[in-house]
Amino acid sequence: MAVVVIKNQCDGCEVCLDSCPYDAIEMIDGVAYINEKCTLCMACLEACPVEAIISEESETELPELEKDAYSGVWVFAEQRQGKISSVVAELLGAGRKLADAQGQKLTAVLFGHEMEPSARDLVHYGADEVIYVDDPILAQFNDGPYASVLSDLIEKRRPGIVLAGATFMGRSFIPSVASRISTGLTADCTALDIDPETGDLLQTRPAFGGNIMATIICPRHRPQMATVRHKVLTPAVRDIHHKGEVHIINGAGNGRIDEKTQVLEVVEEIMDTVNLAEADIIVSGGRGLRDSEGFKLIEELAVLLGGAVGASRSAVDSEWIPYSHQVGQTGKTVQPKLYIACGISGAVQHLAGMQSSDVIVAINKDPDAPIFDVSTYGLVGDLFQIIPQIIKSVKVQRGEV
Amino acid sequence: MNIVVCIKQVPDTTKVKINPETNTLIREGVESIINPFDHYAIEEAVRLKEAHGGTVKVMTMGPPQAETALREAVSLGADEAYLVSDRAFAGSDTWSTAYTLAAAIRNLGDTDLILCGKQAIDGDTAQVGPSLADQLDIPFVAFVRKVRTITDTELVVERVFEEGYEVVQSPLPALITVVKEINEPRLPSLKGKMKAKKCEIVMVSRSELEVEDPYLGLDGSPTRVVKIFSPDLKRAGEKLEGEPQDIAEKLVRNLRDQKLI
Repeated sequence: MAVVVIKNQCDGCEVCLDSCPYDAIEMIDGVAYINEKCTLCMACLEACPVEAIISEESETELPELEKDAYSGVWVFAEQRQGKISSVVAELLGAGRKLADAQGQKLTAVLFGHEMEPSARDLVHYGADEVIYVDDPILAQFNDGPYASVLSDLIEKRRPGIVLAGATFMGRSFIPSVASRISTGLTADCTALDIDPETGDLLQTRPAFGGNIMATIICPRHRPQMATVRHKVLTPAVRDIHHKGEVHIINGAGNGRIDEKTQVLEVVEEIMDTVNLAEADIIVSGGRGLRDSEGFKLIEELAVLLGGAVGASRSAVDSEWIPYSHQVGQTGKTVQPKLYIACGISGAVQHLAGMQSSDVIVAINKDPDAPIFDVSTYGLVGDLFQIIPQIIKSVKVQRGEV
Repeated sequence: MNIVVCIKQVPDTTKVKINPETNTLIREGVESIINPFDHYAIEEAVRLKEAHGGTVKVMTMGPPQAETALREAVSLGADEAYLVSDRAFAGSDTWSTAYTLAAAIRNLGDTDLILCGKQAIDGDTAQVGPSLADQLDIPFVAFVRKVRTITDTELVVERVFEEGYEVVQSPLPALITVVKEINEPRLPSLKGKMKAKKCEIVMVSRSELEVEDPYLGLDGSPTRVVKIFSPDLKRAGEKLEGEPQDIAEKLVRNLRDQKLI
């Protein structure tokens, strides 16, 4: 495979130069030339207005596999301390649509110990079938055993699609499952669809810090695997009348369980407010807060709205608030329903972590701050005056004052 | 202790902007940098070497100009640098990248520990580390925030998750991917810079690796990018200006109308 320019079709417009994320196109004699920096990302194919850039298939392609041998949509039902994670309802909601689009079965896969009621409850979220592997070794997450057991199940039962949450757990062990069974995996998807013509799973995800979106397929391998970002897809609604089968597999062992790593201890760190990844509302503070005292105001608003506290990198680097609150490229990526950025100028670094939020409110005294470019509502002024007024107004509207 | 650090040269995405008229990336003035998370991996490797002895080999797979990233890693304390580069590797997805890197690492001989940054900021997948460990058939721990102890045969680390951290023990050889909290990377020393200038970059091409062509590059990659587009991030962008009380009330009304609060 190679990306090439049809020389006599190129009109030298140079649009492709800007489209290339890798600086791999140069102009030679007024015609685009693809140099050795090309990573075959194909961005230029879309950009070229005269269709002068094409991809050439080479002849070493692997043979088509029998796609029909793989059927059904699997959702990995992640649990911690015996509690099913909230991302699972979202995966089942998305999985239901994908299964229906293909007329196939939706299966939830649960690993744990003494969790039969939870396994049965997964049916109420739309699963036609639940595969529950019960073993003390699976009570707590450990990469080796989880990867071995899931790989074995996939190889035996051959699902067409496998979805997992793009959580710390999913992003840790799912890549090794995909590697073991030699199939493709798309990380951190924000949209999933079935291509009506080919039946392939269209996996859309942000890249380059959210500056571009890419749709990815896995055309010649099965299953098609994806991890899915939390809080993006609509969760399945619990319906106690939904019926499905529950298969309980007692004991994970077949001699191939890989137990090289051992989890010695699990430490839950107590947070003042809700987990950032799960919060519907996030109130974030930046350099404009001036010092750690400023975060008290942010916390007050966050608590009032039932939200979590976020921060920009500069606030974290100034040690006003711990790193676990940092939103942005080197912190957390969040996508709440409401993001309130207070005293944050909006460096691309920060925008990368929050620009996909549904509604963004920015409070900043600089009317030209870049944060206003991505904001639904931009409040220009002193946050130390505006936030207390917001707090007051919320209380008044709720009849608390 | 033989330590290998895998790094990636990436465009500085914090400087990537979208041209609003053409909806394309503006690359002008965007430089290539060492993936920020890989700096923590390099630093941790150098600290382990300083405490326990051994060598730090830094490796990257990429086009020829990725050499600058390797030289920078040497200036930060790495001892040897390997550039895995060949047209045959172009377009590799995470699976093929891990497959190719695994072959290159096997050629280095005994390795006790492999470090990677938790993810690269261009693709943001966080998949190459775990996949590489699987290809090499060694244990791994992803998202490590602290190396508690390390001996010749095992290490104990802290791995972050949503609600806290887990203490994980693994035998060596092993692979870990590291998060930002693990350390504060140093700046290159003058001596380091001199060393980086003179350091030989070992080139590793297709012919030196025990790999099979159908698994290399884009052709060997299970996944394919079929479409790239700009996210629709432009918002109504209503600016509220005026007295703090007025704009605060207007905002709260709007948010309540939309049932957001």
